[in-house]
Amino acid sequence: MIEKLLQYTLTGFSAGSLYALVALGIVLIYRSTRVLNFAHGDIATLATFVSFSLLSHKYSFPVAFVVSLLVGAAVGIAFYFGVLVRAQRAGANLLGMVILTLGLALVIEGVVVWHWGAEPVSLPFPISDTKTYRVGPVVVSQLSIATMAAGLLGSLLLYLLVQKTRLGLAMRATSENVMAAQTLGIPTRMVLSVSWGVASALGVVAGIFLAPALLLDPFFMLDPFLKGFAAAVLGGLNSLPGAVVGALILGVAESLTGAYLSIQFKNTLAFLIIIVVLLLRPEGLLGKQFKERV
Amino acid sequence: MDLIESYSQELRFARRPITRVLLGLLVLAVVALPWVAPDHVVFLGTLIALYAIGVMGQNILIGYTGQISFGQAGFLAIGAFAFGHLRIWGAPFLLALVVAGAVAALAGAVVGFPSLRLKGPYLSIATLGFGVAVYQIFVNWEVLSGGRSGLSIARIKPLLGLTTTQTIYYAYVLLLVVFTLATCNLISSYVGRAFVAIRDADIAAEVNGVNLTRYKLLAFAISSFYTGVHGALYAQVLGHIEPQIFNIGESLTLFVAVIIGGVASIEGSILGAAFVLLIPKVLSDFREMVPVVYGVTILVVLIFEPLGLFGRWLKTRLYFQLWPFR
Repeated sequence: MIEKLLQYTLTGFSAGSLYALVALGIVLIYRSTRVLNFAHGDIATLATFVSFSLLSHKYSFPVAFVVSLLVGAAVGIAFYFGVLVRAQRAGANLLGMVILTLGLALVIEGVVVWHWGAEPVSLPFPISDTKTYRVGPVVVSQLSIATMAAGLLGSLLLYLLVQKTRLGLAMRATSENVMAAQTLGIPTRMVLSVSWGVASALGVVAGIFLAPALLLDPFFMLDPFLKGFAAAVLGGLNSLPGAVVGALILGVAESLTGAYLSIQFKNTLAFLIIIVVLLLRPEGLLGKQFKERV
Repeated sequence: MDLIESYSQELRFARRPITRVLLGLLVLAVVALPWVAPDHVVFLGTLIALYAIGVMGQNILIGYTGQISFGQAGFLAIGAFAFGHLRIWGAPFLLALVVAGAVAALAGAVVGFPSLRLKGPYLSIATLGFGVAVYQIFVNWEVLSGGRSGLSIARIKPLLGLTTTQTIYYAYVLLLVVFTLATCNLISSYVGRAFVAIRDADIAAEVNGVNLTRYKLLAFAISSFYTGVHGALYAQVLGHIEPQIFNIGESLTLFVAVIIGGVASIEGSILGAAFVLLIPKVLSDFREMVPVVYGVTILVVLIFEPLGLFGRWLKTRLYFQLWPFR
């Protein structure tokens, strides 16, 4: 009985650490530009397909991994400079910018289907999900260890970047108040583009570690992306630690629902959580209270 | 140029003779279409008519009230399945249509509650969540969705010696006209102005005596009524519905139609509906390029032409009115 609980909790943590990577990217962009990036999942899909192509051309895994991270970051940065900055100059409001990310999502979706086709393929991944280890009462696969490690490492690196470096300080200042940051001589456009790049790269990590568990098709990131959204809302859209906490809670809750209540409605849970959280505590678990001045 | 001197002149329909002539030609073209065009074109016209109703509803919510919703597929599904079940129980077409719209409106009012506390991105996530949740509930709950085989809906009997395609076409175009007129009146009534006030500055609107709770919920309910009717009409045309039709892509298509057609414009809604249906037809050999076209059009529209197709039309018209002067 207790083994089952532990086992499913562990599975939940493994899924939750991927949601955390997705959620961190969403929160990072939301915090700095107040834009909800609907293209987050699609950028990750594109980059994962790039690594699929590289792997099938016999490049080694680390090369493919790094290249796809760079591709993801480059798409994020290019979108920021090429589209968002221009739209801001043309006087687009926040809603307009959110819609622009939706446009980017559609473009990437079309490009991926056009270039790689809609047939699911499997990513040749060096870490297997059939090799398992026994840790006390629970069984854990190599893949889920790697997944958790990736989630932990990604969150840790982001924490170090944001809290311990000068660039991170500039990022925090910019997300606090763009005007003031600009006045103090921070190159805010550059800093914001770094946020977009880092966020997209985090999404790509999640995509690459998800691909071996699911099959790789042009829409495979949709579901994890929505879960990442839910996690970000649960933790608070402007709080980075909140994103991680929310994602882990969501992952475990989902896994336990699947185990004990109903496997069919496992995926609906995330959206029920969103709606309930938004109704009861719109700022999320760790988010700051949002006050509007008249 | 035409100078408007009183409010009754402003309200008058089709002020200038040339507008009346053009409008008359348009009506003639729409009426004549089933007699000159092959069946698949008529069918396309039917689809445009029913989509335009849904896009108009979405536009009331997004364009006029400024409340974003990515969950339209949920209302579509609710409308379609309510309609399907009613038709199977033997309800006549119009009754089933109205009830389907009403059920969707009820759901809309419920979804509208979060909108009282949420704004912008939060609301878009909540509605997105609603859309996905409805989809999954229909997929997993076979009593509602009719299981794997879905629901089959009886075809409409042809009337007045027309073929079935023609009957449906005329019925749907007529419904579109009814909904268009209703929307025009709604927008220029107190309710419509309250919606616009909420969009522009909700706090200022509240200070000026607009009951935010009532009008936000009303906007959601009216918009979902339209979407529910869209779902029902779509179900009738397809003759067979299953939950997989109403996925997140359908929400996005409706959204794209609003943005591309023109935010806060009724004519734009119709143009937008035509756009999202004609593009896949034109590109039928390059299906995978359809989302790219949508996406690029969104980017171009938002950066260069924020009023959408309708804005472009207004500018073109102005150009010709002023020609040869600029």
